Amino acid sequence: MYVIVVGGGKVGYYLAREILREGHEVLVIEQDASKCERIAEELGDVVLRGDGCEATTMEVAGFGRADMAIAVTGDDEDNLVSCQVAKAMFNVPRTVARLNNPKNQEIFRLLGIDTTVSATAAILAQIEQELPTHIVIPLIKLAGGLELVGVKVPAEAGVVGKRVRDLLLPHGSLIPLIVGQDGAPRIPTGDTTVQAEDEIVAVTSTENEEALRIIMTQP
Amino acid sequence: MGCGRVGATLAGMLTTEGHEVTILDTRADSFRRLPTGFNGKKHIGNGIDQDVLARIGVGDADAFIAVTQGDNRNVMATQMAKHIFGVKRALCRIYDPIREEMYRDLGLETISPTIIGATMLRDQLNAQHSEEGG
Repeated sequence: MYVIVVGGGKVGYYLAREILREGHEVLVIEQDASKCERIAEELGDVVLRGDGCEATTMEVAGFGRADMAIAVTGDDEDNLVSCQVAKAMFNVPRTVARLNNPKNQEIFRLLGIDTTVSATAAILAQIEQELPTHIVIPLIKLAGGLELVGVKVPAEAGVVGKRVRDLLLPHGSLIPLIVGQDGAPRIPTGDTTVQAEDEIVAVTSTENEEALRIIMTQP
Repeated sequence: MGCGRVGATLAGMLTTEGHEVTILDTRADSFRRLPTGFNGKKHIGNGIDQDVLARIGVGDADAFIAVTQGDNRNVMATQMAKHIFGVKRALCRIYDPIREEMYRDLGLETISPTIIGATMLRDQLNAQHSEEGG
């Protein structure tokens, strides 16, 4: 397989090294002379100095026979354009782009880039696994040590299906509003039942926040 | 998007013609280039950031024009305006004539000052030449 890597920074360098190790043919395109030198020293004659978005350079690089183009520069606009030119002008069958801003996934997909990879998104996903997903979010501080908070009810919580009047709320707490999963608000009465993924908006004291969280979220 | 010489001049022209104009640039000091009569909105921000485009109201615009120094930035922002925010007229300056042609084929309204400038200079040169010749 012939793989072209656009961008010879750290990501491009290690990527090229691994692709070579797997026994494929690889070429790195990089504009910076010193980065090119380093790659040439360590990996051999697999680097071309130039702009990986410019058709003339891309022609020299052999995009026309490439099986895959991977754009991994630090600038999303350059990665996007390199992949688009690879597709539109050189019919590269598979294009992969590194995303620096994970929000750009949508536009890259809309514009036909086959695969996007975002380190930021991958790390965020790890962090989100570590954090408790059902936390009490303070909304507004009220007078007298009270505050308005929001807490989401997980599907497995013991309160699901219970009536509001049967909830053992911490002393001095009350529930003025429940927002359903579909975003529809309900003003609860004692007979209102709690449903999975409801957002409970409650008035409570700061010291009772944790007790409220446990009641609303524990199975 | 882009308050360089072209962006600032264009923004001035459009406000004079009575259009509502918002200009975006990553640097506040770029706005010094705007003509004194400019009465549009000025925003600081990066035009290839969806959140920035949403904040300045690109979705409500009739036209989006990208004239920063970076061809790729212009291309990306214009495609976002067109494909994410549904702006009807999406215009974009691309210096590189090859990319300019390619993105025109992909449906953007593109201008390459390289081709236009070179052609005008050539024509000017030829006109002078034939005057002297005649």
